[in-house]
Amino acid sequence: MAESQHYVLHVNGMPHEVGDAWVGESLLYVLRERLGLTGSKGACEQGECGSCSVLIDGELICSCLVLAASATDQEIVTIEGIAPVGSPTDVQDAFVEFGAVQCGFCTPGLIMAAHALLERTPQPSETEIREELSGNICRCTGYGRIIEAVQRVAVSRTDQR
Amino acid sequence: MSTATREGVVRGRLGDSPPRPDGVAKVQGSFAFSGDLSADGFLWGATLRSPHPYARIVRIDVTPAWRIDGVAAIVTAEDVPGKLTYGLISSDQPVFASDVVRYVGEPIAAVAADHPETCRRALAAIVVEYEVLAPLTDPERAIDGSHPPIHALGNLIRHQRIVTGDQSLVGEVVVEGTYELGMQDQAFLGLEAALALPDPGGAGVELFVATQWLHEDRTQIAACLDLAPDKVRLTLGGVGGAFGAREDISLQVHTCLLALRTGRPVRLAYSREESFLGHVHRHPARIWMRHHATEQGVIQRIEARMVFDGGAYASTSSAVLINAVTHAQGPYKCVNAIVDGYAVRTNNLPCGAMRGFGVVQACFAHEGQMDKLAATCGLDPVEIRLLNAMETGDALITGQVIENVAPVAECIRRTAALPLPTEPVGGRDGNPLHLPGGAGLTADVSHIRRGIGWGVAIKNLMYSEGFDDFSTARCRLADGVASLKFATSEVGQGFVVLAPQIARSVLGVDDVLLEPIDTTIGSAGSTSASRQTWMSGGAIDGACRLVRERMFEHVGARNDIDPVRLAIDGRDIVDTMGSFRVSVVEATAGLAFEETFEHHHRPTEELDENGQGNCHTAFVFVAHRAVVDVDPELGLVKVVQIATAQDVGVALNPMSVMGQIEGGIAQGLGLAVMEEIVLTDGLVRNASFTDYLLPTMLDMPTVVATMIEIPDPMAPLGAKGVGEPPCISSTPAIVAAIRDAIGRDLSRVPVRPADICLP
Repeated sequence: MAESQHYVLHVNGMPHEVGDAWVGESLLYVLRERLGLTGSKGACEQGECGSCSVLIDGELICSCLVLAASATDQEIVTIEGIAPVGSPTDVQDAFVEFGAVQCGFCTPGLIMAAHALLERTPQPSETEIREELSGNICRCTGYGRIIEAVQRVAVSRTDQR
Repeated sequence: MSTATREGVVRGRLGDSPPRPDGVAKVQGSFAFSGDLSADGFLWGATLRSPHPYARIVRIDVTPAWRIDGVAAIVTAEDVPGKLTYGLISSDQPVFASDVVRYVGEPIAAVAADHPETCRRALAAIVVEYEVLAPLTDPERAIDGSHPPIHALGNLIRHQRIVTGDQSLVGEVVVEGTYELGMQDQAFLGLEAALALPDPGGAGVELFVATQWLHEDRTQIAACLDLAPDKVRLTLGGVGGAFGAREDISLQVHTCLLALRTGRPVRLAYSREESFLGHVHRHPARIWMRHHATEQGVIQRIEARMVFDGGAYASTSSAVLINAVTHAQGPYKCVNAIVDGYAVRTNNLPCGAMRGFGVVQACFAHEGQMDKLAATCGLDPVEIRLLNAMETGDALITGQVIENVAPVAECIRRTAALPLPTEPVGGRDGNPLHLPGGAGLTADVSHIRRGIGWGVAIKNLMYSEGFDDFSTARCRLADGVASLKFATSEVGQGFVVLAPQIARSVLGVDDVLLEPIDTTIGSAGSTSASRQTWMSGGAIDGACRLVRERMFEHVGARNDIDPVRLAIDGRDIVDTMGSFRVSVVEATAGLAFEETFEHHHRPTEELDENGQGNCHTAFVFVAHRAVVDVDPELGLVKVVQIATAQDVGVALNPMSVMGQIEGGIAQGLGLAVMEEIVLTDGLVRNASFTDYLLPTMLDMPTVVATMIEIPDPMAPLGAKGVGEPPCISSTPAIVAAIRDAIGRDLSRVPVRPADICLP
């Protein structure tokens, strides 16, 4: 395609060259289709559902709303960069153990959001959990088990201190 | 039965809540959904859709699209090699529209190209000349015949009447109402996506797709491609939710056709807007009901007229309608009734399956009626429902006797016994998020009114009207490890966790492997109608029991013990009349037993012209109580709590059951106060998540739930389906609570702010 670009993205601590990419590609598209990082999901394409959440310079962002070619000088962390395959984090373990996962499509985005929440607010109230995670839509669970999983992690992190 | 052995207890048996086998992959982002699948040298596919709800296609010119670099294929109706139409019940929907388009978003062509952007440009370059026609959007005009047929099969998809008992009876008390429901979208998060791999020379095709029913898809795809069914192989791509919207074909034929045409793998995926247009929805409905009762509130006769807008194509409309008319009485005794139901064709979006399948609509109406009856008779909502509660042995208005466990009164009583919320309006911490309108900071605590409302439901399980419904499963036990094979679609509900639980319980093994979910085994039927625990659970149970019999025969012969004396105890095979004990692992070392089982449910009948007949398989019951806070001036609602007691038979996996209860309630809440696809003259106004509002974590209330566990003797594992009931009577309960808060007669869902605050 005519409007092609070459650039470098810093994802999960590694530089990734992106070559011959159409300039209109979103960060979500490039992560998934060019870098093979399909853990970030696209469900609304307009920043409403949170399924594509990644960290950009530590901030939780919908990657569907970011032009990939504009994210070149930033540190991007995706679900694949949260923990190695087969070694889930405490949040990931809690989601499985307490039934926060059904179809799982919203899950990577919620894991990113839950980690970000617990970073900022290690002991969130239920209201804080609901507010902070309200940008992530889940259609299967009705959220009850997700709230419980996040609460369990907060408690277990305190117990370990 | 004790599960203790020398080695301890087998974990993850029936009744436990073991972790999902796909859980770690899902939380780590490594689980492959259908939209994540790729293949070397693949092309992107995309679909050209009609901008008009009703128009004649005068001309299609695809040549400008061929001039775009990177375009590899363009297909229209002319390129469909086999049957030009498809459909679950009636084959009335074109693979591509060629002469006329009947709804906004109807596919006209598909392209394959090297990049999604190339696809978009190619679609934009295709010229379609239309002669725009006046759309049929009023279902009544489809019934009265005042609009010319928009389809060769006519505008009436089905009319079904139920007439039973004394038609002249007039009650001492008569209440009536007209109830309306908007069009709800399933709004699963994982958009429609598929990957098709062509066989060399176009002899066949392999499709990875997110679907509810692999074998039915295969039948329809093969017919349209003019291929033998065994030349079309389907494997389940990871499914990001379904809720009914994946029961019909959407992109399956298009993807295969593009792959066969190009000889290359093709990926096709819908955008969110396309998803709203490209799958079937919950039927909008208008229901009139009149209840006759004694002064004391005993229901004597029901009259009803139900109109379901099926949209442009039939899909499952006729089955949805049957569910609605046969559930018109709700979970209440009634012997006299006349019900007329119509499913009609219009130029609105096609409607079909969505969780609750016709019963959601009926329940919203009958529960509105129950509250009217209660008010007229001076009873409260609980009293009127207990007074009329159906029991095992009662007959439906179809004449069918309820043979299942029917704990309607218990559902109501146990729900009523659940604690009401103790927080005051606005919560204890004064956080505005607890108020209607939330972060908008619009509501003032002093203006808020709290209300309580009830909903109770009956729902049929499995398929109806004579359909020979079955599911197939295979179990292989070798060296103490079981492997299970089935074609049951895992859409999130957790069959992949339940199936191993069954195998562990029957066979006394720890390790259970799951083989790929595909069409290399017999059909499992659809993951819908709350049927897979019963049907595929029954099939897994049956296959595992056959394997156990073979194993017992072998062990018995070897040890000179009559196999009928053998049983599983923990991880061991034991002689129930002696001291013999051997572990399953040891007993099966170097051996393999394999059995396949097909579970069929009992036969059902079609309804006769008076709507009489044993058309359903089994029934389940549920009650909901909603507490809401309403700002009557701004029309804002905050659902504070939902309490529910659900008839589950046996909770085979309590955590999964709870997940179904909470998830279903979220969808019921959505229909009550948020979700509607808004159509104006057949045009869709809100095909996006910005404009079609789904419940978030802030919208969801606390759920307090009780599972009523009375094993159903008719169910293979004693367990009833649990998926649909939570979203059926939660909706009327919430609306009743709003009525209770503001004292107004609300008759339409979703309840909009204007319905609450404007005269």
